[in-house]
Amino acid sequence: MIIEALIAVTFVAALVVFVAPDEVAGRLAAALSVLPVLGSLYMWSSYDAAGNALTGGSVAFETMVPWLELGGYTLHWHVGVDGISMPLVVMTTILTSLAIFSAWTPIDDRQSQFYGLFLFMEANLLGVFMALDFFVWFIFWEAVLVPMYFLIGIWGGPRRKYAAIKFFVYTNIASLVMFIGFAALVFGLGDSVSSFDLPAISRALRGGELGSLYGVSAETLKAVAFVAMFLGFAVKVPIVPFHTWLPDAHVEAPTPASVVLAGVLLKMGTYALLRFNFTMMPDQATAFAVPIAAVAVLSVIYGAILALAQQDLKRIVAYSSVSSMGYVILGLIAYNTYGVGGATFQMIAHGLISGLMFMGVGVIYNTTHTRMVGDMSGMADRMPVTTGIFVAGAFGYMGLPLMAGFAGEFFIFKGAFASTVHASMPLFTAASMFGIVIVAGYLLFAMQRTLFGPFRLDTDYEVTTAALHETVPMFVLLLCIIALGVDPGLFFRMIQDAVNPLVGGGLP
Amino acid sequence: MQLPSWAALGPALVLALTALVLLGLDSIDPDSTHSSALAGISALGALSALGLAGWYLLAGTGQASTGGPILLYGDALVVDGMSLFFSVIFASVAAMVIVASYDYLKGRTYQAEFYSLVMLAATGMTLMASSNSLASVFVSLELASLPSYALVAFLKRNEGSVEAGLKYFLIGAVSSAVFAFGISLVYAVTGSLLLSDVASGLVDAGDFVGVAGVGVLLIAGGFAFKTASVPFHFWAPEAYEGAPAPISAFLSSASKAAGFAVAFRVFVEAFPIASVVPMGIDWPLLFAVLAVVTMTLGNFAAATQENVKRMLAYSSIGHAGYALIGLAALSQGGPNGQVMGASMAHLLVYGFMNTGAFLFIALVEHWEVGRTFEDYNGLATKAPVACTAMTVFMFSLAGLPPFGGFLSKYALFYSAVQGGFWWLAAVGAINSALSLFYYSRVVKAMWIEEPSTPFELESKPVGLYVAVMFAAVGTLLLLPGFGPVVETAQTAATALFA
Repeated sequence: MIIEALIAVTFVAALVVFVAPDEVAGRLAAALSVLPVLGSLYMWSSYDAAGNALTGGSVAFETMVPWLELGGYTLHWHVGVDGISMPLVVMTTILTSLAIFSAWTPIDDRQSQFYGLFLFMEANLLGVFMALDFFVWFIFWEAVLVPMYFLIGIWGGPRRKYAAIKFFVYTNIASLVMFIGFAALVFGLGDSVSSFDLPAISRALRGGELGSLYGVSAETLKAVAFVAMFLGFAVKVPIVPFHTWLPDAHVEAPTPASVVLAGVLLKMGTYALLRFNFTMMPDQATAFAVPIAAVAVLSVIYGAILALAQQDLKRIVAYSSVSSMGYVILGLIAYNTYGVGGATFQMIAHGLISGLMFMGVGVIYNTTHTRMVGDMSGMADRMPVTTGIFVAGAFGYMGLPLMAGFAGEFFIFKGAFASTVHASMPLFTAASMFGIVIVAGYLLFAMQRTLFGPFRLDTDYEVTTAALHETVPMFVLLLCIIALGVDPGLFFRMIQDAVNPLVGGGLP
Repeated sequence: MQLPSWAALGPALVLALTALVLLGLDSIDPDSTHSSALAGISALGALSALGLAGWYLLAGTGQASTGGPILLYGDALVVDGMSLFFSVIFASVAAMVIVASYDYLKGRTYQAEFYSLVMLAATGMTLMASSNSLASVFVSLELASLPSYALVAFLKRNEGSVEAGLKYFLIGAVSSAVFAFGISLVYAVTGSLLLSDVASGLVDAGDFVGVAGVGVLLIAGGFAFKTASVPFHFWAPEAYEGAPAPISAFLSSASKAAGFAVAFRVFVEAFPIASVVPMGIDWPLLFAVLAVVTMTLGNFAAATQENVKRMLAYSSIGHAGYALIGLAALSQGGPNGQVMGASMAHLLVYGFMNTGAFLFIALVEHWEVGRTFEDYNGLATKAPVACTAMTVFMFSLAGLPPFGGFLSKYALFYSAVQGGFWWLAAVGAINSALSLFYYSRVVKAMWIEEPSTPFELESKPVGLYVAVMFAAVGTLLLLPGFGPVVETAQTAATALFA
């Protein structure tokens, strides 16, 4: 029942904040957003499941009740968490709560609607990570889009209307493609499943129960469905060449929304890839190993090069997310414990680090009203604390040991090098490592020009030190990043436990 | 205790009685200004009818569990799961429309007439769903239509309203004539007006199959008018735009559903697929063509509108196309009960989301902020709660997942796929995806665009708000609660095919 309570409390909080007066909405939302944090931490501390939820492992806090019956298929309200979803749930609540604190300064209009939508989005994100029935999952999945559309469209930058509609249309079309692919799979399973229950479907698919559908053979159907679902999720991740909505959405979105967009929404894509494509159809994943590894490396390198060419700090961070997500895909395709586990760990690590980076950019923008690298320099003089945390976060991004980013990337590289999926995997891994160099290059270059050197600012604003509600969330994030870097086992133990049944066996 | 069998018509009787009470009150005190009393009586009547229909439906009146359909008055009327299901739709739409009208009619004359006409129309619709003979079909259809003509033209000092009423009446009269001619041809061939006798009469139609075919075609035309489907759809944008907005809601939700109720029963009972399709009267094919044309035309026309109410009118035509799948995706031996039941469930969900959308228009007309998309700019800053409700309606109409419209559309398209009509489902799904374009325009205008000139909303009318919020909550609750609805509908539809 704790999962229902968690989601319900968040929905109610959203509703309360939505109708609250604007003056108190920010504080009220921040206070109420602590409740889901506490709930998820309680879940984490009393987490007792073992194995993978989709392959017959035990599921923590599980509820399964019939919901409705449609044409021979029973839909269930089925929720629960395992070692893969639990860390994501914890990250979602913490990041959302911190993002709400950081929104107090930039959001000065229609506050109650902003925070109401923000909490509404959080509730749906939690649902995405905890749903174990396809329809329940899909409803939450789509319901995330609606608040994000408004957050970008109402409180975004100058080109917000374009960015919002682009985000909405891209991701909706992707969802439709994915939906059709998955539905074809379920109908192809015929009588072997009688529900849209993800564990049941996963077991049936892994057990080779897929039959032909409308004269299409099982193998073709599986391949087509795999590609359709991969494309659908690739837009969300995003993987090059489906990434074009991301910079627009990120740059135009208000910073707190960017934090959640990069930190959590992108993880929906990789989480879904792991849960659907890589868990249910490992044979197809292996068959498509080379093209997938190729787009992963392409995302890493191309995203990093694009970031190198940007002048806008927010755009730099946005493109570097494309690059980081490439590593996650590489880890998934490696298909061993370190690869898939590292990819899952990297989802958390990147969520925290990119959240921190966006917050840092936001704090600088709030006082300077510019994000252009050329418009400022020497910010370290005026904002020493912010600069300090920001630099620390950037080093986390570059993969400094004892920070979460290092652990994630290290696991991925270790897994990818040892991968037996395809003989060329070490080659792809080596190629992707150049991404790190480029990341270090553009981050150091951008920081050197904006943060250090003599103070200069080309806009007519007085630079002041950041408020406490801006720096404290960044500091908390930094602590989380360091904690996970020092002891990755905090999350990696349960991740590893959930990944092992998928890839067959323990650590190599 | 066993209720007498006529009590099965309770919903219709309550609605008719309410109409008579209202007329009686009006003749005693024609200059009454007690508008709240009038609205209260009508709302009470509609809610009692809703309660009765819901109770009968749950108790299994007229369904297999209690001995099958209850036939009344020489088999001219029938009460079964389907008629009760549709009565629930009519009564709930009528209740919302009446509550909303209380504010909309404030300060106008002839309020008692307005409410009693609404009640009479609702009575006619309920009888349409119960009609078991072509004669009672025709009479109840006229009983539903004639008050509607008057209601559309209710704003008699408003040119648009009068023009809309006239247009609606003329096309309605023509299509009634077409319909009556169709009935006479079928009667000529079969020698009966009772649906079951028509079916058995058709078996030995012999050389007159062609005549019967023309009759079926003309009858289908009559239904196309009532459901605002191609080719008799062109009255709808005019009538919905010109009519008082609560009446537009009433017509586009309840009246359309009534057309489907009667079409479902007449075609399944009187012209069974098993016997008439081999004769060459392939009416499922006819409806398949109409469904594709109707949904596509409605969608594309809606996408080009600048006036929100007119956009909703065309969207309502598009939804008639989706609901037509319930008649089109039928085949001998197919999962017909599933298909038709899914269509019925969609009409119920549609009854909430579409009524809500038109009532929101009524609210906007009450505020007098204008009719085009641009006029809606920035509305959400002044009335966030109402605009949230409208957002729910728009996204639900578009079939986005977190709302009732998603599951009802999914059930409909899925049942079509099950019946082997995957192309029909594909056209529906594509249209549905495209429809997001014009529905989201309303949302975008309300929430994202800035108003061109600052405006203030002087009042928050309670009745309209209650009705809009009721529809919004209904639309939301129909997502988790869709199971019993579709199950009831599919059971009722399956019983019709038995």
